[in-house]
Amino acid sequence: MSEIITSAVLIGILTSAIRLATPYLYAAIGEAISEISGVVNLGVDGIMLLSAYGAFFVALNTGNLWLGLLTGALVGVAMGLLMAFISVTLKAEQGISGIGLYMFGLGLSSLLFKTTIGTVKTVVGFQPVRIPLLSDLPFLGEVLFDQSLPVYSAFLLVPLAWFILEKTTWGLRLKAVGQTPAAADSLGVSVDRVRYLAVCVGSMLAGLAGASLSLALVNLFQENLTAGQGFIAVALVYFGGWRPLGILLGALLFSTVNAFQLWMQVLGVAIPSDVAVMLPYLLTIVVLAFTVSRVRGPAALNKPFERGEH
Amino acid sequence: MKIRMLFVLVMVLALLAACGGTATTTGGQSSAKPLRIAVVMPSATTDLAFSQSMWSALKAVQAELGGESALELQYSENMFKVPDAAAALRDYASKGFDIVIGHGSQYGSSIQEIAPDFPKTTFAWGTDVNTFGLPNVYAYTAAAQEGGYVNGVLAARLTKSKLIGVTGPVEVGDAKTYIDGFVQGVASVDPGMRVGKTWTGSFSDVALMTEAAKTHIAAGADALTGSSQSVVGSIGAAKEKGDVLWFGTQSDQASLAPNIVVASQVYDWSSILKQMIENRKNVQHGGDTFVLQLKNGGLKIAFNRTYPLPDDVKKAAEAAIEGIKNGSIVVEP
Amino acid sequence: MSRLVDALLPVFATLAALLIGAVMLLFLQVNPIQAYAALWNGAFGSVNAFAETLVKATPLLLVALGICISFRGDVINIGGEGQMIVGAILATWVGLTFTESPGWLVITLAMLGGFLGGAIWGGIPGLLKAYFNVNEILSTVMMNAIALQLMNLLVRGPLIDPAGVAAKTYLPQSERLPQQVWLGRLVPQTLLHSGVIIAVLLAVMVYVFLWRTTIGYRIRAVGLNPDASRYAGIPVPFYQALSLTLAGGFAGLAGVIEVIGVQHRLLEGITSGYGFSGIVAALFGGLHPLGLIPASWLFGSLLVGADMMQRAVQVPSALIDTLLGLVVLLVVGSQMWSRRLATRRVIALARKNAEAQP
Repeated sequence: MSEIITSAVLIGILTSAIRLATPYLYAAIGEAISEISGVVNLGVDGIMLLSAYGAFFVALNTGNLWLGLLTGALVGVAMGLLMAFISVTLKAEQGISGIGLYMFGLGLSSLLFKTTIGTVKTVVGFQPVRIPLLSDLPFLGEVLFDQSLPVYSAFLLVPLAWFILEKTTWGLRLKAVGQTPAAADSLGVSVDRVRYLAVCVGSMLAGLAGASLSLALVNLFQENLTAGQGFIAVALVYFGGWRPLGILLGALLFSTVNAFQLWMQVLGVAIPSDVAVMLPYLLTIVVLAFTVSRVRGPAALNKPFERGEH
Repeated sequence: MKIRMLFVLVMVLALLAACGGTATTTGGQSSAKPLRIAVVMPSATTDLAFSQSMWSALKAVQAELGGESALELQYSENMFKVPDAAAALRDYASKGFDIVIGHGSQYGSSIQEIAPDFPKTTFAWGTDVNTFGLPNVYAYTAAAQEGGYVNGVLAARLTKSKLIGVTGPVEVGDAKTYIDGFVQGVASVDPGMRVGKTWTGSFSDVALMTEAAKTHIAAGADALTGSSQSVVGSIGAAKEKGDVLWFGTQSDQASLAPNIVVASQVYDWSSILKQMIENRKNVQHGGDTFVLQLKNGGLKIAFNRTYPLPDDVKKAAEAAIEGIKNGSIVVEP
Repeated sequence: MSRLVDALLPVFATLAALLIGAVMLLFLQVNPIQAYAALWNGAFGSVNAFAETLVKATPLLLVALGICISFRGDVINIGGEGQMIVGAILATWVGLTFTESPGWLVITLAMLGGFLGGAIWGGIPGLLKAYFNVNEILSTVMMNAIALQLMNLLVRGPLIDPAGVAAKTYLPQSERLPQQVWLGRLVPQTLLHSGVIIAVLLAVMVYVFLWRTTIGYRIRAVGLNPDASRYAGIPVPFYQALSLTLAGGFAGLAGVIEVIGVQHRLLEGITSGYGFSGIVAALFGGLHPLGLIPASWLFGSLLVGADMMQRAVQVPSALIDTLLGLVVLLVVGSQMWSRRLATRRVIALARKNAEAQP
């Protein structure tokens, strides 16, 4: 086994891992923003699917990848508005409406795909862009600095999200609205407006997650492209303790195990493929079980806010 | 409670009303009625692979027999969920189709369940060899290992990095046999050459196939092959890299990537279909197993004219084809 | 008046969704009347269609009954898919192991085993929620993923069909169950099996359970107002865990039914998304066990009709999936409004009672 894990293979695994982590990063950080404000959005997977389709369709027909990326983001915002309307304005039960949104996104993306594209096609997606100087670093250079632009921005999102959440007043408001909405309300913060914004930003990021999947990772669209990745992203939020850094670690752990099992297969190492595929999920549960008692989420999560009632 | 009762009552009334609704007629066969064939497929008729091979054959037979008035065709595509496919197969049978085809090795258990209920219907499925001992079930398969061998010979001669990648779906049926033949073909040129194999575990998950192909390419492979309707992902990955060669099977895949596809093994099911139709005249609805081979013309190797294939390589491939046809080369599935 | 609106709300939601669907069809240049006629035909147009509808309605009803119990206890069960799978796995194991025992015994064992399996699969998230405050939405979703991978592992490994191994096809499915385990067929040439009767009987039993037993009453109390229930001395965490456990059990039963009644073996895709569409059916039936009977039948007809619509007019069945998602959004968006009003009433009442006591 040790002869197989050469440094070339290790570089290969880690490079794949960085790439594969991208949609999880976008979606999980987006969901974290939404949840910190108190709204759990289970529809992430459906948003990712519809955005992946929209991005792919536009890219396929215009040849413009950036336009596709923009479309993905916009579809995300649209779905976010829908979710916000139902959860915040109509104060509906968030878990169920999230599932409804998921079913809607899954169904609509399949429907549109079948009627407008029909059979699976590929596009030439975002190509890796070498960052001068940094990419010449031994080992780390190839792994980190020869990726495509959507991958870079996913990782840049982590410090950006941290900064916004910890160092800006908007971040403070977000947390207040999710912890003690009544107190925030009495201080003049519009709970509803903050939540609307949070949900829409979160959904926009979920939209980018979907677009990155269809335009930078696999460069195609098929029915149920995400195969539940959106739900994993929701789990990663919990895993990471609603903190961008924790989410980064969780996403990397998950995607590294994924990349590992793919490479092991290619190299002919005898792991039964089913066990290999199961590994990331098992790992998620194990870690979840260990973080269970440690972590406390936003106190007002999944509780619609109403003036004069608490 | 009263409201609930009202609700239930309304539903019951709707139920009764529906009972009197339209019923489909399953009348007897008159000589003026066209022959009716229905096929259930796991992917689109335009997948340039498995499903398309059957659909093209059906259309060809239809044209030969005289068009839609002689042969009526219906299909359900993208039935990659087996329970949905089973419902479709049963539905076609109950609507009186003469021949019902379950085109996919995952449909076998469904055919086994449904066929006994409709003894006058011809059922066919593949790729497999099991007719379950039922008198109205045909099984068909392709000796995919033959074309696999030829592709293996080509790949081994054309690779520069001496590393070849195989992206497989599920290790069953013609996917498995094709790849077995491919590996033997490679070994016949160079027994020490490395062939990396991955199985995604799904016939339909194109995204997984793409990831697998990208991993092979990152590991250094410059020749790729694979089977099933999800290979469009592998071909896409090869095309993106630019200099990775592709060897196809099931249908002619040259149009997907004209610059890198070297050759494809093409399935031609039309002779099997014609045999099944012929047998119905003698009231035979099943029991046989059909195999496509290079020898009987069911399998053909289509060289991509756009790809500049060196003469000596082409000669080696043609020698392999001849060898398999006359039995001097034996490829074990 | 408000109760009538409450009951008919799901019907209005479905009609609204169908209307939106018709607009979508027009965009896709399909004649909506033709499409919906095919939908109707597919569900009610022949004996086979009718039977198919009931066959689909059965697992929907079972899953929905479970959702009903859990939701009445204010616990969200998204784990229907995983619980169904575990139930199916256990039923398969029972069916393949006890081949010497009489049919009725094996069927009963399979059902008990499947119920138990699903109950455990729901119980774990239930316990995690009750005593560790783990969000049940998260845990049930994770359990789904694990169950799926577990089934994949089993049908490709220990449980794989020996006939497939011998023929070297290695199809990911279990061996076919012996005929004595199969549920009896009600109508020849169709798939309609006795499971539908079992499901309806269970629906009545669940109704009795929730409204006529102490445990059932407590589950509902905890669901309506956990604070008031705690005040009244009801151990809230226990009853929350219990409701999720029971919900899992019923979803597990749905898995059993699919294995011994329809497929006669375990194979990939056996859940057909019932774990999620069962949620829709539950909402549609107003979360009342007896209302679930017509609701799941109606949903079964939508699903069957959708397949037919796809076959006949080439409109993808994904349209119906989309509309189902819309129905959920519409029902939940509007229904919750009236529920909150009801909750407010209960809180006001509880406060009045509290103030009235010395």
